[in-house]
Amino acid sequence: MTASTLSPPARILVTKIGLDAHDRGSRIVAAYLRDAGMEVIYTPPWQSVPGVVKLAMEEDVDVIGVSSLATDHLIVPKLMDALRQAGLGHIGLVVGGIIPEDERPALIQAGVSAIFGPGAARDDIIAHVGALAVKARERRNAEFTEIAQ
Amino acid sequence: MTQEAIQLSLPGFEQAHGRWRVEYGQQIGTERIIKNRSRIEIKPLYTPRDWNGDAFLENLGFPGQYPYTRGIYPTMHRGRTWTQRQLIGLGTPEDYNKRVRIILDAGATAISLLPCNSGFRGVDCDEVDPVLLGTCGTVINTTDHMDRALDGVPLGRISTAMNDPSPFTLLAFTLGVAKKRGIPWTSISGTSNQSDYLSHFIANHMFYRLSLPGSRRVLLDHIEFCRKHVPNWNPVSVVGQHMQQAGATPVETMAFTISTALQYAQDCIERGMDIDFVLRRFTFFFDISISFFEEVAKFRAGRRIWARLARERLGAKDPGSWRFKFHGQTSGVDLTEQQSLNNIARVAVQAMAGIMSGLQSLHTDAYDEAITTPTEETARIAVATQNILREEAHLCDVIDPLGGSYYVETLTDQMEQEMVALIGKIDEAGGMYKAAEAGTIQSMIGESALAFQERVEAGDEKVIGVNSYQIDETDRRGRPTERPDPERMKEHVARFKAYKAVRSQTDVRHALDALARAANSPRENVYERIVEAAGAGVTHGEIVSLLRKELGFGHPLVVV
Repeated sequence: MTASTLSPPARILVTKIGLDAHDRGSRIVAAYLRDAGMEVIYTPPWQSVPGVVKLAMEEDVDVIGVSSLATDHLIVPKLMDALRQAGLGHIGLVVGGIIPEDERPALIQAGVSAIFGPGAARDDIIAHVGALAVKARERRNAEFTEIAQ
Repeated sequence: MTQEAIQLSLPGFEQAHGRWRVEYGQQIGTERIIKNRSRIEIKPLYTPRDWNGDAFLENLGFPGQYPYTRGIYPTMHRGRTWTQRQLIGLGTPEDYNKRVRIILDAGATAISLLPCNSGFRGVDCDEVDPVLLGTCGTVINTTDHMDRALDGVPLGRISTAMNDPSPFTLLAFTLGVAKKRGIPWTSISGTSNQSDYLSHFIANHMFYRLSLPGSRRVLLDHIEFCRKHVPNWNPVSVVGQHMQQAGATPVETMAFTISTALQYAQDCIERGMDIDFVLRRFTFFFDISISFFEEVAKFRAGRRIWARLARERLGAKDPGSWRFKFHGQTSGVDLTEQQSLNNIARVAVQAMAGIMSGLQSLHTDAYDEAITTPTEETARIAVATQNILREEAHLCDVIDPLGGSYYVETLTDQMEQEMVALIGKIDEAGGMYKAAEAGTIQSMIGESALAFQERVEAGDEKVIGVNSYQIDETDRRGRPTERPDPERMKEHVARFKAYKAVRSQTDVRHALDALARAANSPRENVYERIVEAAGAGVTHGEIVSLLRKELGFGHPLVVV
């Protein structure tokens, strides 16, 4: 299975959690993914962790992209925990924006699949998110099968 | 295009020009079409056939003279240089105080205050995850916090610019501090930066605080209150910065900003305020990008358009109302995380554009501003950049030094024409308020942002270290991210909670009741009640949440 053969298409939630309002990057990435054939659920900034978990569940997304440009990224590990607790551990997570070097390991250890900083190429973002969506969909379907059996 | 109504008699010009064209064509090889960020095509050479000084007095004139193209004061930087106003704001009020005292001891006469993002969001420090607090600004929720932040700061003698969007609680806290210290409000000077709710609505979601109609009401009350009680305060700063940062081109930015100013001015007129009384205190705030000549043309054209509109459309009679006073900040969007020391060069070029455009005050970004909140050292380099440009490079010796350049004048005229056309379109849409409400402006900005990004990706727009001249930086170990001390922040929040418990609950209730009544009575001035509430110990979050209830919550309008 590849991202382009996913049916329904990959569903990506593009959001910002915390207090930072800089959304030029998240809008552009949302447009990139949309133009690549994915279904994008886009939120305005200033979302809360519980709000994003609820939305991810209701929209049945495969990947969440969190954008942070003003130091709010330390909230991401909390989002990962909340997703797992809500039974949404299959969802892939990528982070974009300004993440200082010294604070990257904390995000990667928490399970963030990739961090896209300034200068990240459009094709790399699309390819990574697409592959992540395929993996997430497989995990999700496997869980469903388990439950069904 | 430039009117070629009057052709200068230049014997031999056409012949020489023709010869150059041939030689240029032979040597250039394949000619590339070059466009600036506003998508205006840039020619390889400009001559008196593009601009010849025709209508000099009408279009340029002299500094300090209408239409102020060359500057709003007769002496400009040769007399008094721009104000060096660096944004600061970090951590607790005590952290801020420490930093601001260093700046004052170093001779600064103007300070600024950036509140924590939780404040922008309209909530108090005890309402959000502590990890988010104080990283991008100072946590100030009460008059008491402001008192601590401004400890030892001679309030009546320095100018204070505060990033203080509607409902302007930071100014209310400051006025509370002044009252406590016996400093008359008439001696308080400075600016309510970020008072432009339309730019927030369009470009950065700050309208979350209050509904659009609610923000409109509070701004007008704020202007009226300040003009009456704090006469040296600039209650309005019309902001182009957010829109340009969000992706608007320089032409779009200037047009949208001037349309916004027109909207506020019209609203004041409808409120029955005297237009000159109000416009005298209008200020503007812009981003300065690295597109050097385009920025210079943007500001020169903006000054001319504003002077004409203020005089002709708004009917202002006082020259003080025609003067386009602006603060510039070097654009963070042009800075890169990659090879971040290169940003020092970028900031210098951006600052030069602002200075040569005749700005009134300037913030230069620290080179690490694309990555984090600046440290003392990087902030010092940013200030030194201004000192070098002013004192070593002699940029202040001549007023409007690029005036009369065939290129700059042609570009100024071209950009002016496009701005005027765009302002006309917004007029047709019913003004900036309606255009913003409908999402028209947001769509245009979104399209421009995407178009620019695509040019960067395609390599048509070069960004050194990002799409060209990259180096391997995998080994780079940045210095640790500057974050406020979590223990001090914890203490600050605990102290805040304790403060809320011990203040006079009766006073708080009375103040909030009075504020609610004012919000529901169009005859009353809401801002007057906000100032009273701040003095009674009511917090920022309490004021905002009450106003949200009474005047409506701001809902997002997202246009992708």
